[in-house]
Amino acid sequence: MAVVFDRTQGLAEKQFHYCPGCTHGIIHRLVGEVLEELGVLGDAIGVAPVGCSVLAYDYFNCDMHEAAHGRAPAVATGIKRVLPEGVVFTYQGDGDLASIGTAEIIHAAHRGEKITTIFVNNAIYGMTGGQMAPTTLIGQKATTAPYGRDAVDTGMPLRMSEMLATIDGAVFVERTTVHNVAGIRKTKKAIKKAFEVQLAGLGFGIVEILSTCPTNWGITPVESLKWLEENMIPYYPLGNFRTPEEGK
Amino acid sequence: MDKVLMKGNEAIGAAAIKAGCKHFFGYPITPQNELPEFMSRELPKIDGVFVQAESEVAAINMIYGAAGTGARVMTSSSSPGIALKQEGISYLAGAELPCVIVNISRGGPGLGGIQPSQADYYQSTRGGGNGDYRHLVYAPATLQEAVDLTIEAFDIADYYRNPVIVLGDGMIGQMMEPVEFKEPKKRDLPDKDWTTTGTKRNRKPNIINSLALDPAELEKHNIKLDKKYKTIEEKEVRHEMYKMDNAEVVLVAYGTTSRIVKNAIDALEEEGISVGLIRPITLWPFPYKAFAEIPNTCKALLSVEMSMGQMIDDVKIANEGKLPVHFYGRSGGMIPTPEAIMEKVKEIWGGAK
Repeated sequence: MAVVFDRTQGLAEKQFHYCPGCTHGIIHRLVGEVLEELGVLGDAIGVAPVGCSVLAYDYFNCDMHEAAHGRAPAVATGIKRVLPEGVVFTYQGDGDLASIGTAEIIHAAHRGEKITTIFVNNAIYGMTGGQMAPTTLIGQKATTAPYGRDAVDTGMPLRMSEMLATIDGAVFVERTTVHNVAGIRKTKKAIKKAFEVQLAGLGFGIVEILSTCPTNWGITPVESLKWLEENMIPYYPLGNFRTPEEGK
Repeated sequence: MDKVLMKGNEAIGAAAIKAGCKHFFGYPITPQNELPEFMSRELPKIDGVFVQAESEVAAINMIYGAAGTGARVMTSSSSPGIALKQEGISYLAGAELPCVIVNISRGGPGLGGIQPSQADYYQSTRGGGNGDYRHLVYAPATLQEAVDLTIEAFDIADYYRNPVIVLGDGMIGQMMEPVEFKEPKKRDLPDKDWTTTGTKRNRKPNIINSLALDPAELEKHNIKLDKKYKTIEEKEVRHEMYKMDNAEVVLVAYGTTSRIVKNAIDALEEEGISVGLIRPITLWPFPYKAFAEIPNTCKALLSVEMSMGQMIDDVKIANEGKLPVHFYGRSGGMIPTPEAIMEKVKEIWGGAK
């Protein structure tokens, strides 16, 4: 029988621990496929975060380095500066990247580090049990915002891509979604582009991917996809914010 | 090689380069600034890399990443900056990565001051990071010793796959002395087969990690680390004994303070008072066994530090309750004078009669 679909070589033969309906699995697969298709698996060094994807080091079929919470871009900087020919990426959630690791991500972009960041934004702290993140939407309930997030006390949700797009060194910045097939396809294209920018030595690239967390949102996987579309996309508009071709 | 006159911070940088360190990640803080400045000037000349990080936290995490590739890497800072690096030091120890961290320490607590101090003894030897971990701490007393120990620190770090701290107070960083860059003794170092340099598709992926969610697995890891630390305690402890024969009072001091103490000991000798010195060169492991060699003429111990008394805890552990243990210290960047130390010794000596 002809094989029509196979596991990408970019992923190890290991079962994910992710909750039902979580989109980390899709995003892992896309990153693995891109690394395989670009033929860079043997040169890739991934940096795993702290958060739900803390065990990403077990899932990618390449050398991996587990960072402290928020520090992945600094760890990736250290790796890339020793190995300029290496293909270095960080995989980070919104608590990791948009809260405790804001300094590290901004300055990796600011220095124009030739690394790729996969930023998974599900508007909540997943692993620790659903606490409020800087990306949690107004009115959204979290275990540390039991009455819903209130802008007066906690500010407005942070738009990381827009902020990073103001930095010259961030040469590729795009926000995508994986809540539907079209979004998944666009996400893969964006991930590929972000790695190509690194391979061309142009600077820092990041793809912010809107993702679901049915467990901590307290709704079903199907409802989660709908919630993402109806609530996250209006506040976090999809699209490209920076690309090396701009101005041409 | 001839001796050259150098400032301490620069001599430590040159020693690191001599040891094969081509990657340095740092952040400005007084009184260690000449070290990153030196590296930013010299490393590009040898195809090396200097990165000024956005913070000490970022710098130590760059070290964490770079060390994972197997490169010889170094960062430096001063007391409050080293406090910020403790997170990374714990991860480096947990993931068993070699690196060298230089602390040109200053007065504390908090922002403290910028003058020399030895108030980071606890921070250095007890660890400010979380978990059961240890790392070697070298405490040079001269610039030549700072150079020799920095060069050796890279080998020791590689040999044990562990961070090593070189702790110099502000005087070590700022003063000038003639130094010589000698070839280090050859050491058989283990292959670095654990590095994250890309699999090239011809081996299984390597993972640098300090996480172990299974408690049994984590305990096993801690037992393995502990075994390594016990080997370091056994093999790498270093100290100097000075004028211990017939000493009636034995002083304990490290770093630049030990040089002032030696002056005091020499002056006391001329007055007919026999005083000796135990100078720990490694603060961890601490030379506990050296205290067994204290002559039975000795009536008391005196710990002299540029702090309010931190190493004295180890002196008391080493002493095992046998002799009275006294303390003399200055803090905040104030430096003890030989006269004040002599006076303290006479007070103890008189009382001990």
